[in-house]
Amino acid sequence: MKYSGFRVVAEALFGHKGWKPLWRDPDPKPAYDFVIVGGGGHGLATAYYLAKTFAEKRIAVLEKRWLGSGNIGRNTTIIRSNYLLPGNEPFYEFSMKLWEGLEQDLNFNAMVSQRGILNLIHSDAQRDAYRRRGNAMLLAGADAQLLDREAVRRMYPYLNFDNARFPIKGGLLQARAGTARHDGVAWGYARGADLRGVDIIQNCEVTGFQIEGGKVVGVETSRGPIKAKKCGVCVAGSSSRVMEKAGMRLPIESHVIQAFVSEGLKPTINGVITFGAGHFYISQSDKGGLVFGGDLDGYNTYAQRGNLPVVEDVARCGMALMPAIGRARLLRNWGGIMDMSMDGSPIIDRTPIEGLYFNGGWCYGGFKATPASGYAFAHLLSTDAPHPTAAAYRLDRFARGYLIDEKGAGAQPNLH
Amino acid sequence: MLIPHPLLGPRDAEEFTYMGDASLIARPSASDPGAEQAFSDYVYLRDNPAGVHRELWFHEAGDRSWIVVTRNTLTHEILDAQLARDVALASAAEAGE
Ligand SMILES: Cc1cc2nc3c(=O)[nH]c(=O)nc-3n(C[C@H](O)[C@H](O)[C@H](O)COP(=O)(O)OP(=O)(O)OC[C@H]3O[C@@H](n4cnc5c(N)ncnc54)[C@H](O)[C@@H]3O)c2cc1C
Repeated sequence: MKYSGFRVVAEALFGHKGWKPLWRDPDPKPAYDFVIVGGGGHGLATAYYLAKTFAEKRIAVLEKRWLGSGNIGRNTTIIRSNYLLPGNEPFYEFSMKLWEGLEQDLNFNAMVSQRGILNLIHSDAQRDAYRRRGNAMLLAGADAQLLDREAVRRMYPYLNFDNARFPIKGGLLQARAGTARHDGVAWGYARGADLRGVDIIQNCEVTGFQIEGGKVVGVETSRGPIKAKKCGVCVAGSSSRVMEKAGMRLPIESHVIQAFVSEGLKPTINGVITFGAGHFYISQSDKGGLVFGGDLDGYNTYAQRGNLPVVEDVARCGMALMPAIGRARLLRNWGGIMDMSMDGSPIIDRTPIEGLYFNGGWCYGGFKATPASGYAFAHLLSTDAPHPTAAAYRLDRFARGYLIDEKGAGAQPNLH
Repeated sequence: MLIPHPLLGPRDAEEFTYMGDASLIARPSASDPGAEQAFSDYVYLRDNPAGVHRELWFHEAGDRSWIVVTRNTLTHEILDAQLARDVALASAAEAGE
């Protein structure tokens, strides 16, 4: 079924009886060419591009719970390509360009909204750092504008410009950045993949890998064994748990990050704002809720909830940046489990086990990467060569010393 | 989360800085054969278990001791806390036997 404005009007006239489920609910077949483990954004996008761009057949996505139950449905929906390092920026800009054409490509409303992201500057040193970052972005074909204090004031007059400790001195604006509807992205990719024959199998947990002579030949699942010629793992926060079943230890720790939503308010925040003096970022959803978050809790965890110190810290940062936020009431908060890598950058690579491929280490920034990650992983799975923009995301870069450490924080995942 | 400090009793986790897996106490020796591989595994690879995890917490805003906390990463339940010094001495004594 093709979606269009005409279709919406036609359905409205006939009581909306014609809408169909977005994807089938097939039982697993005994064998596939490609088995993708994890039905989050990255797994679904991988399956979609495998089928569409690389014309592969016999593909399944195996999801432990329901589609979109992981971080794809828990994030704060920011998409941007404002990275610094050459290993990262071309990849995220490739993703940004895919976002720009995504809805037409999928024929699905993912509510991609290029409302701009503004990183605030509070010191001269920070201005220098953001100028450098902006130039790195321009070199990779992205957009970036350095704003002075008055230009920031025209955009967001209610920010606390004269905070005694952290006055606002300007900002780095990426106007093409913005937000997208997170679960809409999962549904759009799922529908697109299903239409191209991909079997999306929910409530199907991968419990082990069948490995013969150093080569993967299939997976064990809660719904029985499934043979696979190639197997790609995209399980985000569960990466260590799943790859351990193939005998691998990863350069990853699992940490929780929390997010917060206020009651619905009148339109106040047009774009996304990040505080440059503490870890805090905020945007406003189309329903009016202020969506914001901050730091990781900072300890290993698989519980999808955090503790109060971070709640307090986020609230303090919010008050320092935007005192008016003190009047907004919090509606809800939640946490999601992040696959924090040792340098803060992701991994898209083969593994020492033939036919087994790994995609993970997305930290708290994998939503924006969804299209490019899916595309690059499909490229690797289909052609056995890395996509040019993802060539630096090697699993052995840690041992070889080729880290992609945007923050320069070292092998301490809770600092990235 | 409250950390049961062995000397000071229950303290707010906010007073602590988290380092990671307690196996970091056992630093490889640079003179061993295969030290290069051992160090890269030591620095970058983690077990990252879902369940019982032994981990290093530093009482930064307190008495500045390092503590080995045994904690369940699925429930946040804390099962044990010992001074890292005691843990290191005990394992050195064991290795010395
Ligand atoms: C609070 C929060 C805010 C965030 N904000 C942003 C943001 O603003 N911008 C941004 O770019 N990123 C953000 N992120 C990060 C982003 O959400 C993740 O990096 C990204 O969603 C991870 O990829 P995914 O969608 O494939 O993961 P997931 O949706 O988690 O997919 C992994 C799937 O694997 C499944 N799985 C696990 N184990 C198994 C198994 N054994 N067998 C089968 N299936 C299994 C899980 O059930 C899950 O559905 C945020 C994350 C959180 C939690």
